[in-house]
Amino acid sequence: MLVSNNSEYAVTVKDLEKRFGSFQAVNKVSFQVRRGEIFGFLGPNGAGKSTTMRMLCGIIIPTAGEATVNGFDVFHQAEQIKNHIGYMSQKFSLYEDLTVEENIDFYSGIYQIPMVEKKNRKDWVVKMAGLDEHRNSLTAILPGGWRQRLALGCALLHKPPVIFLDEPTSGVDPISRRSFWELIYQLAAEGITVFVTTHYMDEAEYCDRLAMIYRGELVAIGTPDELKVKYMNNDVLNLECLDPFGALQAVNGIPEIREAALFGRGLHLAVNDASSSIPIIIKALQERKLVYTRLEKIIPSLEDVFVSIIESRDSSAGL
Amino acid sequence: MDAIKAIGLTQKFGDNTAVKNLTINIKEGEVFGLVGPDGAGKTTVMRLLAGLIAPTAGDAWVYGCHTVEDSGQLSNHISYMPQRFGLYMDLTVQENIDFYADLYNVPRQIRKEKTAELLAFSNMIPFRDRLARNLSGGMKQKLALACALIHTPKVLLLDEPTNGVDPLSRRDFWRILYKLLEEKVTIFVSTAYLDEAERCGRIGLLHRGELILFGTPDEVKTHMSGVLIEIRCAEPRQILADLRTKLTLVSAGLFGAKIHLVLSGEPNQILEMVKNTLKEMGVQAEAEIVGPSLEDVFISMIRPIEGSDASV
Repeated sequence: MLVSNNSEYAVTVKDLEKRFGSFQAVNKVSFQVRRGEIFGFLGPNGAGKSTTMRMLCGIIIPTAGEATVNGFDVFHQAEQIKNHIGYMSQKFSLYEDLTVEENIDFYSGIYQIPMVEKKNRKDWVVKMAGLDEHRNSLTAILPGGWRQRLALGCALLHKPPVIFLDEPTSGVDPISRRSFWELIYQLAAEGITVFVTTHYMDEAEYCDRLAMIYRGELVAIGTPDELKVKYMNNDVLNLECLDPFGALQAVNGIPEIREAALFGRGLHLAVNDASSSIPIIIKALQERKLVYTRLEKIIPSLEDVFVSIIESRDSSAGL
Repeated sequence: MDAIKAIGLTQKFGDNTAVKNLTINIKEGEVFGLVGPDGAGKTTVMRLLAGLIAPTAGDAWVYGCHTVEDSGQLSNHISYMPQRFGLYMDLTVQENIDFYADLYNVPRQIRKEKTAELLAFSNMIPFRDRLARNLSGGMKQKLALACALIHTPKVLLLDEPTNGVDPLSRRDFWRILYKLLEEKVTIFVSTAYLDEAERCGRIGLLHRGELILFGTPDEVKTHMSGVLIEIRCAEPRQILADLRTKLTLVSAGLFGAKIHLVLSGEPNQILEMVKNTLKEMGVQAEAEIVGPSLEDVFISMIRPIEGSDASV
């Protein structure tokens, strides 16, 4: 066993492994999450994110390694873990044919909230989710953003010190997403540890620290700013132009360009060296008579970093 | 000819008007993005254009085919990918793609090339023999895309196609979409993600069934009301909370690790005022006026309409 209950870390993971038959879903992953931290867990589809999260929630048992959540061991104390965490899955797991209040009552029952506290906790969830006028509405008719906040509230009924959110904002609109992240910040300010997976890099920017998992291995960890510096082994250029797709074709095949991607109304180009590449790119654009309004080196976005890490992994693996 | 044309398109479900008097034309070979919050009516618009439901009022045409009167011909022109695409869970990845290729009568030679290209873009080659049932959520979505793209329709209707798809695959997905433009395919895509909307030629903002903005992303951005100020500082969350108590803001939020404030007034005066406030607070920060992103515009357009009920 790794640490005791009053450690500064809410989650500790050391050489954690999970195999399904011959498939290594998670391979010797190690990291720690401090109390009150918003910890973002990134990775492509099928990289091992959900498997890791399920091990930490006590839902599946690891094959090897060590991990604790709030001081409890994932191998032997899975039941205690479940009582001390909140878990919100991608599908929000609400009963659509129950009303808002009925869903809260149902989860109060599951979490065995004492009678005397039930009403207080219910009011807290309704208020937090902004659903006061919709207490008796069927969950099915609520817009996604509201269902999402209700699901978060239900996952917090028993005041867990750690909460796991698995792609909580998938398919939720920008305004609701903003409100949701304001809630997350409030929770973190109250000392709750937030462990969140996401595919949206603008959301990853909101996290205190990030870890990235790929093919079951931890490939990067740090603050968003650290990731942009430490893990980028190339420069990123921003090209703004009238015809991004034409520009993409024009720069295709320039050996200096390691990766070209459509980004907003232009392209992001990953190059080994910005100053020597810029004239080459300008020449290629001019040959095709393409008009560009801007071409400059920029601080890479997290999406650039994400792609760069994966591609350097793939090329070193000979893929 | 317009690839898609709608005049006064209206759809009521009981007392609820899901789509209200929608008039729109989409050019051939255009990527059009329909953006809007949950429940705005995006999916209903798609279903109307695909001829799956008949409008309460108004008309729509796809390549001159009326969506109700010529519904038989309509299906030759369009490919529609709903949010819950009909994958066969007990078929493998490859079998699902073959099934849709049969359905759309894709010729053998083209089928082979297309399948290879689509499997490669979606990084699914290692999974081609896996049952659809055993794919993760994001992978199912990618397979659905591959099935929808196996034939080359004139109009592609995609309803929030990249939900749950990782950044790498999203990049590849957009690359495939742009490639379709070479073949003059018209793409009509709905999304809740505004970085994707930026990649469209023109966008429409749908709110409570009404189209409240329409144009290129740059045109849409000119509708931003107020001055947008971006602040870079340490501890942005705490600073934002403090700024909220000190300034009269139209809206404010965190934007990545930066703070975005929207205030009304003369831009330079506003900037000075914000800088002075930061100085009084003893905060080391950089503040500047920036052009709005689509997300800023979206929020500035919708929050005043919604009043307080959208916020927590």
